[in-house]
Amino acid sequence: MAMNAVAVVSVSHLNKVYQSRERRVEAIGDLTFDVAAGDFTCIVGPSGAGKTTLLKCLSGLLAPTSGAILVNGHAVVGPPAEMAVVFQEYGRSLFPWKTVRENIELPLREKKIARTERARLVDEALEAVALTGVAGSYPWQLSGGMQQRVAIARAVAYQPKVMVLDEPFAAVDAQTRADLEDLMLRLWSELDLTVIFVTHDIDEAVYLGQRVLVLSSSPTRVLDDVPIDIAGPRSQATTRVEPRFAELRTRVYRGIQQAKASVHG
Amino acid sequence: MVRTTGKILHRLAIELVLPLALFGLLLAVSANSTNFYFPPLARVLERFDALWLGPRFVTDVLPSLGRLIAGYAIACLAGVVIGVPLGMFAALRRAAEPVLEFFRAIPPPALIPVLVMLAGFGDTMKVAVIVTGAIWPILLNTVEGVKGADSVLDETCRTYQIRGMSRLWNFVLPSASPQIVVGMRVGLSIGIILMVISEMFAATTGLGAAIIVFQRSFEIPEMWSGVLMLGLFGFALSVVFRLFERRALKWYYGMRDLERRS
Repeated sequence: MAMNAVAVVSVSHLNKVYQSRERRVEAIGDLTFDVAAGDFTCIVGPSGAGKTTLLKCLSGLLAPTSGAILVNGHAVVGPPAEMAVVFQEYGRSLFPWKTVRENIELPLREKKIARTERARLVDEALEAVALTGVAGSYPWQLSGGMQQRVAIARAVAYQPKVMVLDEPFAAVDAQTRADLEDLMLRLWSELDLTVIFVTHDIDEAVYLGQRVLVLSSSPTRVLDDVPIDIAGPRSQATTRVEPRFAELRTRVYRGIQQAKASVHG
Repeated sequence: MVRTTGKILHRLAIELVLPLALFGLLLAVSANSTNFYFPPLARVLERFDALWLGPRFVTDVLPSLGRLIAGYAIACLAGVVIGVPLGMFAALRRAAEPVLEFFRAIPPPALIPVLVMLAGFGDTMKVAVIVTGAIWPILLNTVEGVKGADSVLDETCRTYQIRGMSRLWNFVLPSASPQIVVGMRVGLSIGIILMVISEMFAATTGLGAAIIVFQRSFEIPEMWSGVLMLGLFGFALSVVFRLFERRALKWYYGMRDLERRS
């Protein structure tokens, strides 16, 4: 549980409008929420809920139309140095001409971290994601799940204030997905990370999060803010069959159904 | 290891069958030739041995090679240096496109008289002709390669603060490199053609000049031996280029071969 109440990420009245000559699309209506240090926040919403737009605004890749985003107290005007982003398309976010080690090391070189320290950080990150044997391989020689672990290792080694993941496990098979979910939980508890995890999968959100933010359809608002009060460590075998899990899952599910209905209505 | 060596030998054997058969056929058919313009291949080979494996290698082949390497190196460098910013910035590309299209449309041999006026009959002119022809495929492929960079990798660079020269070296150039190499391969064959043409136009040394001189003095076997030398010259260069390509784009071929197998 997050005991620290300091907001690492603070979003206030975020609004994003895509304006072209013929069309004006309001992707994000009015979003306000804080993410506390050490928290694991999952963001779910129906497809077309502007999740990707929100993520791009958060990571400074897209400028909001109005409203403000603070990361670690600084207004986001470009990609914040304190943030690491893990993309869904693992195959396109690793440099195919660099080995696994070089991929993880490159952002550290940009941070001007000394060589021996870099080597230590890379080794630790690979150990954390259980990939010590493949440092010299190229990403494309690895399976999809392993590639996404490399991308996570790169984010871990970067030592960010906050790690943002955009539907990171949407493209891997179910078994790998369960393994990666548990890996994320382990990293979060061992490394004291702050995580924002965007997903369209309700079960995944409830299983992973300390808190689930339910978004409405576009123009996006926060529909519900659900604290996930499931005690004790999560486990694929037992957590998903707990009555409390089912209750929370139902609450989030209803929220999303309501969001979908409001579009058609 | 043994298996791969065996496989290479097997492939080499297959590749050698046709050249050797043609060579043997030509040797046999031309053996009793009395046609002045098509002397027996054996005579051509004898002249080849005397000329090109002798002093002519230093006086003609090496100067040709020198001009080609100089012109080609300049074309590669300039093509990439100009192509990268054009690929990165759409506004720049739009501004430069009409001019580039115009210059690309001029057949380089047509520039020889102009370049002779500007640079005389010396090596500078020949190198310049090679550059004006070989640069286009390299430049245009660089533009395309840089333009086609992956958007997710670009966002990865941005979120990890990979900017400026580091972005250029670690992202832009490697991601465009397969396409740049395609341009360089086309540029090399254009470079060889222009090397010969420029030497035929105005030179006293070089492969092109030698072939023209032999032809004008009706030394037909010598002329044919020059053509043979030129063929081997181009073949050797393309082998060297393939070795370079395989080394420089190891990651690319590895990735592609894996995709093909799956």
